[in-house]
Amino acid sequence: MSALILEARDLELRFGGVQAANGASLKVHANERIAIIGPNGAGKTTFINLCTGYLKPQAGRVFFGGSDITALSPRAITRLGVGRSFQIPQLFLENTVIENLLLALSARERTWSPFLRLDRHPKTEEMWALLDIVGLKDAGRRVVRELPEGMRKLIDIAVALALEPKLIFMDEPTSGVSSHEKFQVMDTLTRALDARATTAIFVEHDMDVVARYASRVAVWAGGRIAHEGTPDEILNHPEVRETVIGVGV
Amino acid sequence: MARQLIIGAGLLAALIIFPLLSPWSTVILTVALCEGLAALGILVLLRAGQVSFGHGLYFAFSAYVVAFMAAARFGHEVLILVPVATAASGLLAALVGLFVVRYRAIFFGMLNLAISMVFFSLLEKLFSITGGADGKRVPRPTLAGISLERAEFELWIFYITLGLAVLAALGVARYLLSPGGKALEAIKSNETRLEYLGVSSRKVLFGAYVLSGLLAGLGGAVIALVSGHVTPELAYWVRSGEFVFIAILGGVGGVVGPFLGALMFQIIRGYAAVYAPETWHAVLGVMLLVIIFFAPNGLYGLMTGRKPAGTGQ
Ligand SMILES: Nc1ncnc2c1ncn2[C@@H]1O[C@H](COP(=O)(O)OP(=O)(O)OP(=O)(O)O)[C@@H](O)[C@H]1O
Ligand SMILES: [Mg+2]
Repeated sequence: MSALILEARDLELRFGGVQAANGASLKVHANERIAIIGPNGAGKTTFINLCTGYLKPQAGRVFFGGSDITALSPRAITRLGVGRSFQIPQLFLENTVIENLLLALSARERTWSPFLRLDRHPKTEEMWALLDIVGLKDAGRRVVRELPEGMRKLIDIAVALALEPKLIFMDEPTSGVSSHEKFQVMDTLTRALDARATTAIFVEHDMDVVARYASRVAVWAGGRIAHEGTPDEILNHPEVRETVIGVGV
Repeated sequence: MARQLIIGAGLLAALIIFPLLSPWSTVILTVALCEGLAALGILVLLRAGQVSFGHGLYFAFSAYVVAFMAAARFGHEVLILVPVATAASGLLAALVGLFVVRYRAIFFGMLNLAISMVFFSLLEKLFSITGGADGKRVPRPTLAGISLERAEFELWIFYITLGLAVLAALGVARYLLSPGGKALEAIKSNETRLEYLGVSSRKVLFGAYVLSGLLAGLGGAVIALVSGHVTPELAYWVRSGEFVFIAILGGVGGVVGPFLGALMFQIIRGYAAVYAPETWHAVLGVMLLVIIFFAPNGLYGLMTGRKPAGTGQ
């Protein structure tokens, strides 16, 4: 298997009475497409928050590229090359789609000159190309606030991709998309990830999507990864079928 | 943008001509420009969704720097006094900024207020140094080495201030369109995403804060020159509140807004002093209510016909 790029080791986090993470461990290798599945409220989003520095574990460590990032801020972790999209898209709603991407581009390139206009960024074309890949080129000049949830989810992912991360976490990338468009969306996303050799971890509730796009599946139950394997192994696992897929879909 | 330029150019033309027609208005217009500059600083912070109720601090600090230097006959020259005092305010803003940019919303506003009030008290209480509540006189300095008569001096200062205000407005407009300016707006719209772009919102706000301190400082330096006198009132919270009032009145949609607001404020103040000396604060209050309810983008918004932003929440 290719190089280990992220490792979560025995993460623990309790919110009051809720044990959201209870010895959660996961190893991620370069170019994997890991799907995390599990019931609602199980702690999948919390796991992403722990890995990206938004939440700090009460025990356990997170390593990225061999170094310990447990204590780092989301900002520092992002700069190391970890991107993320959110379950509820986190965008600059009053700005246009292309401005959202250009701001990400400026962050990546550290182009903060007060004499440069954002809309005249020398690499603007690159962002239009990215929008084209995710099929949003026509919406580029629209204000995000006016756009439907499904599009916002894609923009949220595009913003993360604009940073050219080595690893991206996507929290339910297809949740705002109608079921007959899910494959299409995942096809475009997979193409974008492949083109950039970006490793991806995504939370997903749709087992058809999981079966088709994941290289590995991790089942989140009881605050940890309870089962791991290929989509075939996991989706046919009797216990997983009963506890996760039976109620989770 | 085009409309902004037209309104700005129209305002500029009017300001260039007015003092020539009615010399009595020179000082009032200069004062309006100074308050407009401070309100422009408020506009910058408002873009990040932050309100400072303490920018009188930088206004007053700069004014007192001018007063001390002028009194000490050290750099008794406008071309030295104004840049030095403005830079001093910028430095103070950097110092205070290190601390206040960690806070948001009400805490940000109140911390600024608190710090400005500490400075106000110092100005009042350290009588032997600052002259207490009576303040300090500012002897009229030279301008480019030339000692001018009062009327001439005032006219020159007005045109210099007008030039500086134009430069400041264009500079701020430029900055707001730059990636850093957009990042500043991002603090208001989604700080979480900004951090997840790898951008330090504190650094972004810090830059804006120093800029706002410089703008208020520039205004304060000129105020000291044209009024020939500085008092602790410049740092008083009412003064800081006026800057916010002016910014909202004029509108924060464009850099011309604060200057429109400042002119309107001077007009209201001028008329109210004559016709309603007892109730002029009530007049201001009603004015602000009307603006908030019927023209939330201020005078500038009325002129450009911009719809209120962010009403789709
Ligand atoms: N900041 C928080 N404070 C308190 N409790 C929280 C917090 N974040 C999450 N929780 C709780 O932790 C548990 C796990 O939440 P989380 O959002 O991680 O689940 P999830 O697996 O992503 O669920 P879903 O499939 O609905 O997105 C839930 O019970 C939730 O209420
Ligand atoms: Mg979730």
